[in-house]
Amino acid sequence: MNKIATIVAAGLLAFAGIAGAAGGPSLRLDPAPIHRLDAESLQRGARNFVNYCLDCHSMKYLRYERLTDIGLTEQQIEDNLIFGGQRISSPMISAMTAADARAWLGAAPPDLTLEVRIRGADWLYNYLLSFYRDPTTPTGWNNLVFPKVAMPHVLWELSGPTRLVTTSFDNRDRALAASIAVKGLNKLEAGEGGKWNVVSLGADPDTPGTLSQAEYRAWVGDLVNFMDYAAEPMKNRRISLGIMVLLYLSALFTLVYLLKRSIWKRVH
Amino acid sequence: MDKILGWIDARFPLTQLWESQWGKYPAPKNFNFWYYFGSLAAMVLVMQIITGIFLTMNYKPDAKYAFDSVEYIMRDVEWGWLIRYMHSTGASAFFVVVYLHMFRGLMYGSYQKPRELLWIFGCLIYLVLMGEAFFGYLLPWGQMSYWGAQVIVNLFSTLPIIGDSLALWIRGDFTISDVTLNRFFAFHVIALPLVLLGLVAAHLTALHEVGSNNPDGIDVKHQPINPETGLPLDMIYSHPYYSIKDLVGVVFFLAIFSAILFFVPEMGGYFLEANNFIPADPLQTPAHIAPVWYFTPYYAILRAVPSFFATQVWGVLLMGAAVMIFFALPWLDRGKVRSIRYRGNLYKGWLAAFVISFIVLGYLGVVPITVWGQFPASWPMLGTADIATVAARVFTVVYFAFFLLMPWYTARDKTKPVPERTT
Repeated sequence: MNKIATIVAAGLLAFAGIAGAAGGPSLRLDPAPIHRLDAESLQRGARNFVNYCLDCHSMKYLRYERLTDIGLTEQQIEDNLIFGGQRISSPMISAMTAADARAWLGAAPPDLTLEVRIRGADWLYNYLLSFYRDPTTPTGWNNLVFPKVAMPHVLWELSGPTRLVTTSFDNRDRALAASIAVKGLNKLEAGEGGKWNVVSLGADPDTPGTLSQAEYRAWVGDLVNFMDYAAEPMKNRRISLGIMVLLYLSALFTLVYLLKRSIWKRVH
Repeated sequence: MDKILGWIDARFPLTQLWESQWGKYPAPKNFNFWYYFGSLAAMVLVMQIITGIFLTMNYKPDAKYAFDSVEYIMRDVEWGWLIRYMHSTGASAFFVVVYLHMFRGLMYGSYQKPRELLWIFGCLIYLVLMGEAFFGYLLPWGQMSYWGAQVIVNLFSTLPIIGDSLALWIRGDFTISDVTLNRFFAFHVIALPLVLLGLVAAHLTALHEVGSNNPDGIDVKHQPINPETGLPLDMIYSHPYYSIKDLVGVVFFLAIFSAILFFVPEMGGYFLEANNFIPADPLQTPAHIAPVWYFTPYYAILRAVPSFFATQVWGVLLMGAAVMIFFALPWLDRGKVRSIRYRGNLYKGWLAAFVISFIVLGYLGVVPITVWGQFPASWPMLGTADIATVAARVFTVVYFAFFLLMPWYTARDKTKPVPERTT
């Protein structure tokens, strides 16, 4: 009997394994620095969002007053985060109308409340770090993670105009070694004549951004951390309640199990 | 207390109902791990109904507001997130529990005489449950809700002659629309739950009429009476023995359920799909449409069948057959014993092959058909065919062979002698 249970369990585990391996991204993404309990990072992220993203992107499912979750007072929210004279109970709606957006940009920028649940925090983090100069696109910008993206690099003043750097290697092994050695996102691709290229991003030393590379990564990290919060504001509550529930259930299980043993003593 | 009970019993058979259905219902004493899933399924059903009622208090079945109302429940309704996650996790848990419950039936021959009707009621429950899950999945009105429903309803339009009018009749519109959402809501919250409850009552009535099977598959009902208990030798009363044992199972199940609900409610995209956080957009087809995991074995069968005579209907028919064939099981099995413990290697081998094909098909239904690449062009017959498609065809054949060859291999199987008493 136990044999069958073992076989079934092994089957389920194997299934979980292959299922988990399915559909991985072709680009190796760096993990986003998600610190859901770091109130300061979340507050900096909220500041970054309202200053740089909210001009075009709404978060229509998040009310300003909800930001008391991340340790802000209502006064602080009104003084620092609400610019358009909106009420604190209203959702975070961009001032740009959808019609304007279509006229100016060709497409309405998506609402970002649930973006982390759609794309994942890692994707978003890497995406925001992967813009580079590309004169062939309408905006003059392109992106390693999202090629030909319609959004321009609105954060370029902070990061400086990053360029694409392609390094050629004679064989795949050397290219792979170099790819692993590169810090940050990069792509390995077959080049001409049997060569292999490592495509990565490099800052332009002549026109640095207002932030250093490390500062910019931290800046984007805070932003993504905030967007992770916005996608599921009750996450902290969910996790802390979950711990209590599991503790309660383990205690209950012990009691119920002991009771079962004592009742079943009568069965021979 | 006795006085109140007496008053009620004189007017309504309360004590009699309790005793016949559970309190004095005798059950074999050797139930094992696999016998938890019936009571767990009942509990999940109750949980789905209760959380469902609370969800309908704030959900709006309107194409304009449906998606927003779900986010409203998640954010602004007190405990709304918990109720919604319980319901979404509960849907998947329901299928986990039901699949294990059905597998128990296969292992111990619980569908054999005299439990054919019990099994058929169970199959009907499974069928209605699939409908319930399908209708419910449209309600969040995300991209996967929308396009999943579009794909499934379009399956009906492959049927000859009536197909297109049938699909139109189901949708009430030429595409999935607000009209469809409203009727799916009606089916999900009232029509199918009523049918489901009726079938569960029939399932339990049939069970309590014929009595439970057991891991040894022997007829404990006809054993000599044990003078101590007044019951056949290997039987005990459900209460308190199985009341407390099932409670252990319930608490254990709730712990696993809570771990998923509180720590990984999306379950890596298998319980809540990432694309379903994008509102439904009839103008934008997602690149990869896959059904939720519990339908994927059937979806893989559907995709495995090529079109003949310029129609895709064969895959649809085979997919339907893959579900309906469970009904025939009591008449396909010619085995002289019930339990896998006393069956020969033929049945064990075929059951293992069936479980493997169900799991592999389930996996293949989630991924694109290109997942395993193609056969080399130099291979005869198979050259450049997608490996996953060929694998899905092979496992589809195994899936059906388990059922269709059953009359042959169960009759030929070398069985072991069945003991008089439970082990």
